[in-house]
Order: sequence, then C-alpha cells, then structure tokens
Amino acid sequence: MFRRVATAAAVVFTLLGSGTQAQERQLLNVSYDIARELYAAINPAFLAQYDSAAGLTIEQSHAGSSKQARAILQGLQADFVTFNQVLDVQVLADAGLVAADWRERFPNNASPYYSLPSFMVRAGNPKGIEDWDDLAREGVSVVFPNPKTSGNARYTYLAAWAYGLAHNNGDEAAARDFVDRLLSNVAVFDTGGRGATTTFAERGIGDVLVSFEAEVANIVATNDDYESVVPSQSILAEFPVAVVERVATAKGTEEVANDYLQFLYSTEGQTILASFNNRVHDPAVIKTNSERFPDLDLVTVEDVFGSWETAQKTHFTSGGVLDQLLSD
Amino acid sequence: MGRIALIAAAILFALLTIVVPVAAILARAFADGTGAWLAAVTAPDTLAALWLTVLTALIVVPINIVFGLCAAWAIARFRFPGRRALLVIIEIPFAISPVVAGLCFLLVFGAYGPVGQALQPYGIQLMFNLTGIVLVSLFVTCPFVLREVLPVLQADGEDEERAALTLGASGWQIFRLVTLPRVTWALLYGATLATARAIGEFGAVSVVSGAIRGRTMTLPLQVEALYNDYDATGAFAAATVLALIAMLTLALRGLIAAFHPVRGARA
Repeated sequence: MFRRVATAAAVVFTLLGSGTQAQERQLLNVSYDIARELYAAINPAFLAQYDSAAGLTIEQSHAGSSKQARAILQGLQADFVTFNQVLDVQVLADAGLVAADWRERFPNNASPYYSLPSFMVRAGNPKGIEDWDDLAREGVSVVFPNPKTSGNARYTYLAAWAYGLAHNNGDEAAARDFVDRLLSNVAVFDTGGRGATTTFAERGIGDVLVSFEAEVANIVATNDDYESVVPSQSILAEFPVAVVERVATAKGTEEVANDYLQFLYSTEGQTILASFNNRVHDPAVIKTNSERFPDLDLVTVEDVFGSWETAQKTHFTSGGVLDQLLSD
Repeated sequence: MGRIALIAAAILFALLTIVVPVAAILARAFADGTGAWLAAVTAPDTLAALWLTVLTALIVVPINIVFGLCAAWAIARFRFPGRRALLVIIEIPFAISPVVAGLCFLLVFGAYGPVGQALQPYGIQLMFNLTGIVLVSLFVTCPFVLREVLPVLQADGEDEERAALTLGASGWQIFRLVTLPRVTWALLYGATLATARAIGEFGAVSVVSGAIRGRTMTLPLQVEALYNDYDATGAFAAATVLALIAMLTLALRGLIAAFHPVRGARA
C-alpha cells in the first residue's frame, strides 16, 4: 500500500511540475465575462497573419473584470488584459504590474473598441421609447442591473445623468430629479448584465432593457421578439487593453503580447470586433458598418464627471448620490 | 388520513425540489437532439474540464483517506493535548463558506501571501493552477472520511487491538489486520462523500481557478461559464455529465451502505 501511495505521489508531483514549466509559447488573455466568443474569433485571425506563430497558443480567461484584476494581483499569470472597466486596469497599474502610462501605449486611450448604453424594447416598440426621457415617463417599466454591483449599469446610470444635465442646461438639481424619476421606474435591479437580460427576456418583465449596444445588437440579431433603439445621446464605454508587463517580461512574451493588442487595431482586427457589434475606430471599417451603428451624441465620463475616480466617489460609494436616490 | 397527507407532502416536496429540476436539466440538454448533446459534451474545453475534475478527485480522495484514517485513529486511540481542539479544527470546513475558504487560501498562498511570496523566487506558483484547485478541494473535503471512521472506531472499542498487542502483533499488523477491516465500509462511505463534494465544489475552486478555459476550469465552473456565454445547450449538456457522475457516486454510496454492517442495520 505504501508503495502505491508513493507512486501516486510521484505521479502527482510530475503532473504539478509539468504545469508550472514550458509555458513560454503560451499567451494568456485575461478578459471580462462575456468576451469569450469575440476573442475566440480573433485568436485564429491573429495567428494566421503572425510570423512566428508556430507553437504559439493563446489561452483565455473570462470572469467579471474586477475579479480578474484581483486574481492577477494575487498571481494569475496574465500576459495581457482586455477589460471593460478602466478602473480595473488602473488597479494593476497602481500595483506596478502594468505600465503607469498604459493609456498612451495604444491608440484611443488603449481602447481598441467601444460601446455605449443603449435600449432594447419589445417588438413593435409598444411604449414608443426613443430616448432617455421616455425611460423617466410615468408607466414605463425599465430593467437594468444594480449600479452598485454591475459596471454595465454604472455606465447606464452615468449616461442618464449626462442626458439629464445636457437637457437641463447643466442644472444639477433638475438632472438629479430626472435620474430619480428614471430610477423609480426600474422594476428589478439584478446583480449583473446577464441576470437583467434574463429578467427582461425570459421572465418578460419591463418595457425596456438598458445594456451595452453590442449586447443588445447580439440578442436582436437572433431574436424577432425585440428591437434595438439607440438614444440620441449616450456615454462612451471603453474596453481598455494593456500588457501585464511584470508577467510578460518574466515569461519573455512582451513582444508577442504587444503584437496581439496591436492586431486589434488592424483593419482585420477591427472588422472582427465590429462583427460582434462593437464600435471601432478604423475609418474603412466604420464605413462598411455604417448602418449597424447609428450616429449619436457621445460624451465621456471624463467630460461630464471629471474622472472615473470622482464619479465613483460622488455617486457609487456608500451614502453617495445613488444611495440617496434609491433610499428616498 | 394524516399519514397519507404527510406522505403526499414528502413526495410532492421531493418531486418539486429534486425530480423536476433534474428532469428539466435532462430535457433542456437533449432539446436539440442527441447529436447536439454529444457535440457539446465532447467540445475540447468541456472535455478538459471533465478531465480536470476527475484528476482533482483522484488526487484529493486518496490523500483524504490517508489523512482521515490517521486522524481518526489518533483521536480514537490516544489521549494527547489538543485532541479536542483537533476534532473542532477538522470540522471547520463544514462551517466555513467555500468562497471564504478560497479567499483564505489566496491570502496565504497567493502572490502576496506569506507562502506564495516565499515560493515566488523559485518560480513556484500555487494558485490559479491544478495545485490551487487541489488544495482548496482538500480543504472542503477534509472532514468526510474522518467523520465516518471515527464513530466506528469509538463504538468498537480497543479490546481486540489490545488482544492483538498481547499476542505480539506490531503496530502496523494491528492496524492492517484488526483495525482496517472493521472500518473499511465506513472508510469507503466517507470516500464517496468526499468524491461527490470534490467533483461538485464550485465556490472555493472558483476563487483560486483563474478561469482559464481548457486549463483550470472544473466541470461546475464550465457549466456556469457556458451558461453565461448564452450557450444553454453546452451548459446543460455539461450539467448532465456532472449529474451523471453524482448519480454514480450516489449509487456507489447506496451499495456501500447496503453492505455496511453498522449502516445496513440502521437503514
């Protein structure tokens, strides 16, 4: 019996050992939760045009981007990150894992694509919902996740504020009243985007779902029960990317990680990103997809609220504006 | 009358809470036909998750058997300082939420934890790979074998072991020829419980997995991931495999219980 245990132990340690070595030709993309199919489509396209692609494999990890950032801080060996929250990359930069100037390392604030909070209504748009003020109307039931727990919903909340400010000549009190009325129309606050979609689609609750345009378009593309409505104004939601330098330098993968992220900005990369209903920057790709992405007035968190940090502090901390609005 | 109502209530409750959900999983998994189910089950990432789950159980359960036996024997047969404390400590995994357990392991073995930091210069990483998954699985399954073996040892007393000692048997001989045969069934019973738990564990593994598709995803994590990818067929197909393993374990447990001298008499 002892001999058998010893053999088993030897096997185990061999297995464990092999797991920690021979990784220099593996890239790990640590990403947000709903981007698996997107990057599964980009990987083969990148490898097909890459000179030294022989033996290179690209692995993907997907979960909520704050959880992913935490895991990287605790030692998850990410070569690069593709997130949906600027703050989550900043956390890595503050800890020294990502370059301090990561926003300048790639074009467009290191965000190869972007999206915006947009609307999904039931077929035929029975409540006639066209813009943010329709969401604050009496008798309209709205579904989006809780801004406390969902990054997606934080954008929705801030977009509503931005619209309220823009349509009241910057009057804070009027904007606050507008957001208050909109929030009181919310039927269910799910914890995440997926839950809100289930509430709206499968449980049949609400007249309008607010989520990223890419999410809405992906659902509408395969389902006739819903329609996409793009408001007149929304807020820019960036999808920032960065090389995790501390890991990549140690593994010797810095160059290929850089090349991968650079590929996202190529016409081919942008075409794939756009095919998943993400808005991109490449003029040629924008032109061929113009009917997919209607024009609208886009503002940024920085323009309206100063910075993510101040928006976070003013609105989302305990006892902040969001808490005040939800409690009265 | 009251008896019938009671039985009906029990059956209705079991139907609603157990049979209907399991049947729904099966119905949903095969909604697109057997071919679609097979394709989903044999998808590379799902197969990898299945293998990782089985591998984890194969590593964790034998370690648990050895540890559970040693601990149970020590507690039942010897009086030593800290014996009661050991009993309490071993029960902790039952009391702690698995997510919290996972976070504790990250704090100790992660890149900023004392152990993780000490090992870093040697290029050894414990979290976000098989080692991490095995460690937290060991933690959550630790009490099962001990909990089954200890009562048997305590109930049987040590008379026969003393007799063997007076006849000149060595410690190892006593253990192998006298003690082990009596606890075999309890041991196997505990091992199947530990297996079921190791295979089904979600919370603790989720924290230390790193969620790398095809590499550090166990089957329960894979089910959730597929569901979040809007791949309902894939998610429910993977769920049926998980349910199948669970039912096999359950059947094995029933078989063991039937042959178990103590449990058999009780059942």
